[in-house]
Amino acid sequence: MMQSIKQQPFRAAVLVLVWGWLLFLVLAPNMLVVGASVMTRDPATFISLPLNLDAYRQLFNPLYLDVFLASLYMAAMTTLICLLIGYPFAWALSRVEKRRQMLLIFLLIVPFWTNSLVRTYALKLILATNGLLNSALSSLGLIDQPVQLLYTEGAVIVGLVYLLLPFMILPLYSVFEDLRQDVLLASHDLGAGRFATFKNVVVPLTLPGVLAGVMLVLLPAMGLFFVPDILGGSRNLLVGNVIKNQFLDARNWPFGAAASIVLTLCMALLMFAHRLSKRRLGEEGV
Amino acid sequence: MPWLSRSYLALVYLLLYVPIVVLVVFSFNDSRTGYNWGGFSLRWYESLFNNHAMVQAMWNSLWLALTAATVSTCIGALTALALHRYRFRGKKALNGMLFVVMMSPEIVLAISLLGLFLLLGLKLGYVSLLLAHVTFCLPFVVITVMARLTGFDERLPEAARDLGASDFTMTRTVLIPVIMPALMAGWLLGFTLSMDDVVVSTFVSGPSYEILPLRIYSMVRVGLKPEVNALGTLLLVFSLAMLMLSQWILSRSKQ
Amino acid sequence: MTKTLLSLSGISKQFDGKTVLDELSLKIDDGEFITLLGPSGCGKTTLLRMMAGFELPDRGTVTLSGMDITQTPPESRPLNTVFQNYALFPHMSVFDNVAYGLKMEKRPKAEIRERVEEALAMVQLEDFARRKPHQLSGGQQQRVAIARAVVKRPKMLLLDEPLSALDYKLRRTMQVELKRLQRELGITFVFVTHDQEEALSMSDRIVVLKDGYIQQLGTPREVYERPANVFTARFVGQTNFFPGRVTAIAGERISVDVFGLNRELSMPSFRVTMNQPLHVLLRPEDIRVLAPDDTEGVAGKIVERNYKGSTLDSVIELEDGSQVMASEFFDEDDPTFDYSIGERVRVSWVDGWEWLLAEEGDEPLTDEEELAADDAEH
Repeated sequence: MMQSIKQQPFRAAVLVLVWGWLLFLVLAPNMLVVGASVMTRDPATFISLPLNLDAYRQLFNPLYLDVFLASLYMAAMTTLICLLIGYPFAWALSRVEKRRQMLLIFLLIVPFWTNSLVRTYALKLILATNGLLNSALSSLGLIDQPVQLLYTEGAVIVGLVYLLLPFMILPLYSVFEDLRQDVLLASHDLGAGRFATFKNVVVPLTLPGVLAGVMLVLLPAMGLFFVPDILGGSRNLLVGNVIKNQFLDARNWPFGAAASIVLTLCMALLMFAHRLSKRRLGEEGV
Repeated sequence: MPWLSRSYLALVYLLLYVPIVVLVVFSFNDSRTGYNWGGFSLRWYESLFNNHAMVQAMWNSLWLALTAATVSTCIGALTALALHRYRFRGKKALNGMLFVVMMSPEIVLAISLLGLFLLLGLKLGYVSLLLAHVTFCLPFVVITVMARLTGFDERLPEAARDLGASDFTMTRTVLIPVIMPALMAGWLLGFTLSMDDVVVSTFVSGPSYEILPLRIYSMVRVGLKPEVNALGTLLLVFSLAMLMLSQWILSRSKQ
Repeated sequence: MTKTLLSLSGISKQFDGKTVLDELSLKIDDGEFITLLGPSGCGKTTLLRMMAGFELPDRGTVTLSGMDITQTPPESRPLNTVFQNYALFPHMSVFDNVAYGLKMEKRPKAEIRERVEEALAMVQLEDFARRKPHQLSGGQQQRVAIARAVVKRPKMLLLDEPLSALDYKLRRTMQVELKRLQRELGITFVFVTHDQEEALSMSDRIVVLKDGYIQQLGTPREVYERPANVFTARFVGQTNFFPGRVTAIAGERISVDVFGLNRELSMPSFRVTMNQPLHVLLRPEDIRVLAPDDTEGVAGKIVERNYKGSTLDSVIELEDGSQVMASEFFDEDDPTFDYSIGERVRVSWVDGWEWLLAEEGDEPLTDEEELAADDAEH
């Protein structure tokens, strides 16, 4: 409540350290990216003067625009599937008895603590042409010959959903935890049916969780370049792959930087929406 | 319809765990092709440990994760303390910046750091990896420690000083022991994030310091490598142990 | 023979431009039980924290046994605090909590053990030394906090609303316990509370604080029976305020007109002039309720009755609409003694039991004080 005897030297040292770290390793590098995006590609020094907006113009080159739209489509599909699976899942999870809930949450975060590359690779074992899924389907007599599952867009979406599902479920679970049973009873008591209660009470109250989940899934789903590399057959399927290639292979830094700025803008937009939704419920946004 | 929601939960868990189980089972598969069961064998574990580059990468990764987690826990804990204890200008900005670091796509952080390191002429290797890993671990540590400090009784430090402890002694005997569980949980989280990272490391590592995730990455991009099953199983056991440790610490401290 | 242990002089303190303490001076005697009483925000906790060293005054000095300790950090002051919510170290056992202060003094192990055991025995917690604070009840935690503070044998024990987290019954027990401890240890207790009942029953002296000023300093009896001003009268206990007017002054006696009755009263401590309006204060237990055909007193009717076990509390509405609170003990000679609502009665009091106060621009209680007073009364 009240400021006690001050420890100025300690305080100053800590603030200098953390601000120094963040300014040097977050703010400065991001400024560099902004700077790089308006410079000219240079094979020797990566970037050089003069300043121009070529990189941004290049984003609208049909070739890259297609990649962007495809990436957006994949990320959107991933997010949608995560939401469709995660929403009822989080709801059901929040209704399980408390004791079991802790175990179930634990089981949910185990994959999060497990190497994501290894888990992506495990999917490959299942989806391969002569992998487990095809074997299972053919032994059940559902298919005559192996179906091409691996190296398709579908496989990439499956991989992204698999990696990112917990990130959708956890924020949803936390809003369902806060959703008090008596609010639903009150709604029924006031004459609302199941659907009306869902639409008018449950959805608005869980919206911040939905947006937090979308934010945690959509952005990585555009950037996790190793998933298409492993499951999608090394095509430039995601913005992440484009950025990586521009920086590490094609050496077109201005373009890579511009692409990453687009990602950052997406993030800003989502964060803004999340804040708004929380503010509408009278909660302090972060 | 409890059975419906129950079976739904079960189904999703099944889907989450099938690949992991497959991976573990196949790590003991004698067959070379990797798709069919050819009998129990430890040959992939053996070949894994005979692969010197792989073992070296494993040590490198462990060392990197150890140091990155330690540095980020130190800085993160101090930051959380400062945010909790002091009122200062730019506090909101600091909070916001940590939040942005946590939310921003890893690839954005990755290229910005690559740019910085090249501009500074820093040789890509252990140092660049360490700086990058500490940066993305930092917000997670801050959040973990902050959560603990929020429940912290403001009177405890005063009680200690009232009983004769200097500010330093108070920090050592009261503050740090009380937030210890959060420090350990933050450290474990940082360790795991560092061990798991592919995206940032792809950009900021150099040939002088190969780490495990990148080694795995180069192996799994094409075809199937049974050694990866064995390695994945080891990593799974390892992170399971870490997770259980962290949960145990947190639950014990909640009493 | 009492000597001053701690003295505060000219203490001022502001927080964010808001004055919390204003030129406050106070002397605390060695060995006394003194209570800082007031509504929330009156500055009592700040004053206590200043004695402990957690707050520095903007102006003024704090002296302990003649030594200026204004700038001395808390760890170097020979005073200890019992905190409102105990502030026990959650990661240490009861023993280690109590031993903490002695370890800071770098006492030998054997001495620490002996003194901690002694302190725990004093609060009847010998068998709980190995427990962690979260394994104790609220009352037990409270005792540990006290043991932890007194084990250092401080010159003074500062208690910041130590009983506020306990339920009513436990609070009564702890009040008795604290008094016993204070007698046994013979050290000065400075006790902060907003509960006037607690203050009255425990203290040697009470400091009534409001808005950073001392309203009154005196024994519980003085504060209750001879309040220095309207605030104290209202905050400590319940009081009837009757409007009076001076009609005659004759030596040590004055005549005051109250509800049309002319009462002869003794001269108050302040100067009075003819026709001066006065407050005539009467506690509910000073009021006599008489039969309607009695010749004495003012006519009224019972509008509320409240059976309290040992007393019968009633509210009487006078003819001019003002209300009088009365609290009467049951009369052994009249077991059926009771009132019915609407019953006509007359109201009077025993001469000499009243207390006079000058009008002071008659400020009514603010909502906040009203709440604080209610809070203190339960």
